[in-house]
Amino acid sequence: MAERAPPRKRAWSWRSQAFRGLIYQIVAVALIAFGVWYLVNSTLANMAARGIQSGFGFLLQPAGFDIGESLIPYDALDPYWKAYAVGVLNTLRVAAVGIIFATLLGTVLGIGRFSGNAIVRGLCYAYVELFRNVPVLLQLLMWYLLFADMLPPITEALSLGGVLFLSKNGLSFPVPVWGPGVGLALLGALAGMVAAWLYRRWAIARFEATGQIRSLFWVPMVIVIAGALLGWIAGGAPSTWNVPRPDGFIMHGGASATPEFLAVLLGLVLYTAAFIAEVVRSGIASVVRGQVEAASSLGLSKDQAMRLVILPQALRVIIPPVTSQYLNLTKNSSLAVAVGYPDVVSIANTSLNQTGRAVECIALIMAVYLTTSLATSAFMNWYNRRAAIKER
Amino acid sequence: MDLVEYCQVRCDYVSLAAFPRSASAYEHKAFRDGQFGRSEPGKQNFNQVETTHMKTNRTKLALAILAAGSALAIATPAQAGKTLDAVKARGELVCGVNTGLAGFSAADSQGKWSGLDVDVCRAIAAAVLGDGNKVKFVPLTAQQRFTALQSGEIDILSRNTTWTLTRDASLGLHFAGVTYYDGQGFMVPVKNKIKSAKQLKGATVCVQSGTTTEKNLTDYSRANNLNVKPIVFEKQEAATGAYFSGRCVAFTTDASGLASIRNKDAKDPKEHTILPELISKEPLGPVVRRGDDEWFAIAKWVLNGLIESEEYGISQDNVDKLKAESKDPVVMRILGTSEDTGKLLGLDKDWMVRALKTVGNYGEMFERNVGPKTSLALPRGANALWNKGGLMYAPPIR
Repeated sequence: MAERAPPRKRAWSWRSQAFRGLIYQIVAVALIAFGVWYLVNSTLANMAARGIQSGFGFLLQPAGFDIGESLIPYDALDPYWKAYAVGVLNTLRVAAVGIIFATLLGTVLGIGRFSGNAIVRGLCYAYVELFRNVPVLLQLLMWYLLFADMLPPITEALSLGGVLFLSKNGLSFPVPVWGPGVGLALLGALAGMVAAWLYRRWAIARFEATGQIRSLFWVPMVIVIAGALLGWIAGGAPSTWNVPRPDGFIMHGGASATPEFLAVLLGLVLYTAAFIAEVVRSGIASVVRGQVEAASSLGLSKDQAMRLVILPQALRVIIPPVTSQYLNLTKNSSLAVAVGYPDVVSIANTSLNQTGRAVECIALIMAVYLTTSLATSAFMNWYNRRAAIKER
Repeated sequence: MDLVEYCQVRCDYVSLAAFPRSASAYEHKAFRDGQFGRSEPGKQNFNQVETTHMKTNRTKLALAILAAGSALAIATPAQAGKTLDAVKARGELVCGVNTGLAGFSAADSQGKWSGLDVDVCRAIAAAVLGDGNKVKFVPLTAQQRFTALQSGEIDILSRNTTWTLTRDASLGLHFAGVTYYDGQGFMVPVKNKIKSAKQLKGATVCVQSGTTTEKNLTDYSRANNLNVKPIVFEKQEAATGAYFSGRCVAFTTDASGLASIRNKDAKDPKEHTILPELISKEPLGPVVRRGDDEWFAIAKWVLNGLIESEEYGISQDNVDKLKAESKDPVVMRILGTSEDTGKLLGLDKDWMVRALKTVGNYGEMFERNVGPKTSLALPRGANALWNKGGLMYAPPIR
């Protein structure tokens, strides 16, 4: 007996859940759009009514103020947008360097919490509890006061071999004089890196095919250094360095990291590392004990077990919260203004006061942090997908 | 409930909900006094609260600007004549001052404000409300000051603010006159043996952000090829702290500010010297919102009255006597015994009498707050009357 086919479901009805859902969504979007329009429109109308000029046209005007430190050539006659670019680069510089050091320090501290040595364990624990429980602004101010108060004036700079100077002007260090030789050395190092990467691929393939173990650290290292050395020699082995030289109250030549930069960097790194340490610890703790036992039953050393078995699995747990910490570090860098570091907030503050464009300047700051954070987040999500379990 | 009321109630709620954690003592006071929830059309009480938050956080500032902007758009698009009515109805003048600059505006340990800028507000309060103590002082940083005035948090800004074209023309403000002719200078430690600002080649200079100083410094540096490195701090305390710790070779701000800071913050004022060069013109004066000409006129003429009173020898001590006895037509006009000048401003005829009784004439204000006998010991210099070799010249009261 042939069964009757069930009545075809009607695709659409006034009373269907899909229709109601659609209506709710349209209403929600319309409300949000109205809210945004209302805020923007009334702010503009109100500013116009009060004779307050607005608009982003000021970005093309000459800024007219100097900036203490800059990664790109900047002159006071350059337009405001370039001053902003200097500020953004300063922010990115402290954030990028900070993220690298905070990750290294945090990982070491996190692993240290599992050390067999009670003193190491205790110290790591004490560090985490101390640094994550003191507000980061206070830490910045503390480091800055320490640098500004404790370091000697530039006339009595602490010197290391006449090339490194530490004073109230910061840490001054020599930089190589740029020339074709230096370029070749860099090129050599780059070629070395490519060669090392190829070697690594080959070594892994060999290991999987034959089981022969080759060093994946020392040999690539040697390849990179050899590449750089070859390039350096090929370039005529240039050895002129631009060495800093104190003169009165200024430092000639070399490069320097100012106390402002160092204070911000140190404050952010030490603070964020404490959080990353906790994330790493929880990540490692999440790997079941059986994995360690399995690793040792295969004859892996403790080091190998950590490197090859535990950390790769822990990474999956670690990456998402570490991303949040990176974002926090980037955003906390806006506190730099308290210690006089010319980050984007500091530049925006000055612009705001020169031009009176409060809404525009604040909007620019928000846009900068939003963009930076979303970019960091996108990169970390990509890395997270790579590290996640591949289900085949 | 009409739309205006609805928005005010709602906006109060929004601003409270958005910033629940940053309650300061000032806010609590606002709560206690019941200034918070009162919804009187044309009077934006909630702006005071919102702007207080700006002191704590920059992101909140942005929110507050948006919130204030939206609220104001509905409440009062134009404010002609509103400020005087609002001040009278409130029974209190709200005056924006410096967070602490001895001699200009600083609070003592009892919270009593004094200084040249403070006296201007007291004089206006006396002229308008009849009592120089009916002033609420709102301490503002350099960055907050214009927003506070624009948004209506304060009625007048009297905070050593330089009169420039950009500020006058593009911020929706009016400068009511000049209370102090100043110029930007440099302070350096005596031990560095710097005698002239031209010796500051390549030097680090500490400076507070949110002022005209940064730009002047750059202009001077360029003109003299000095290539100075500014280190910019948000707070004046941080900037002077960095200078006194030796991070900067020099500290720069208005010369009057340098004298005040040297006197108040240096461990030993004798260890620091102010260089002879003044690198800019800094006419400092009180500021009011644009769009309320009546209030602008009051601020302008109280200030003019104080200066003209000095010229005609009317002082805090002799004002009563002169009012009763003087037959000098100018003095009689100032004191309202012949023509009723106050009426033209929307005040009564005793407006200047009360102002003078409260703070004295301009010369007395100067001597009491910053003059040679005070710890700041600033010479009268450019701030002497025009007929004594200075620049202080008030249009006549007649």
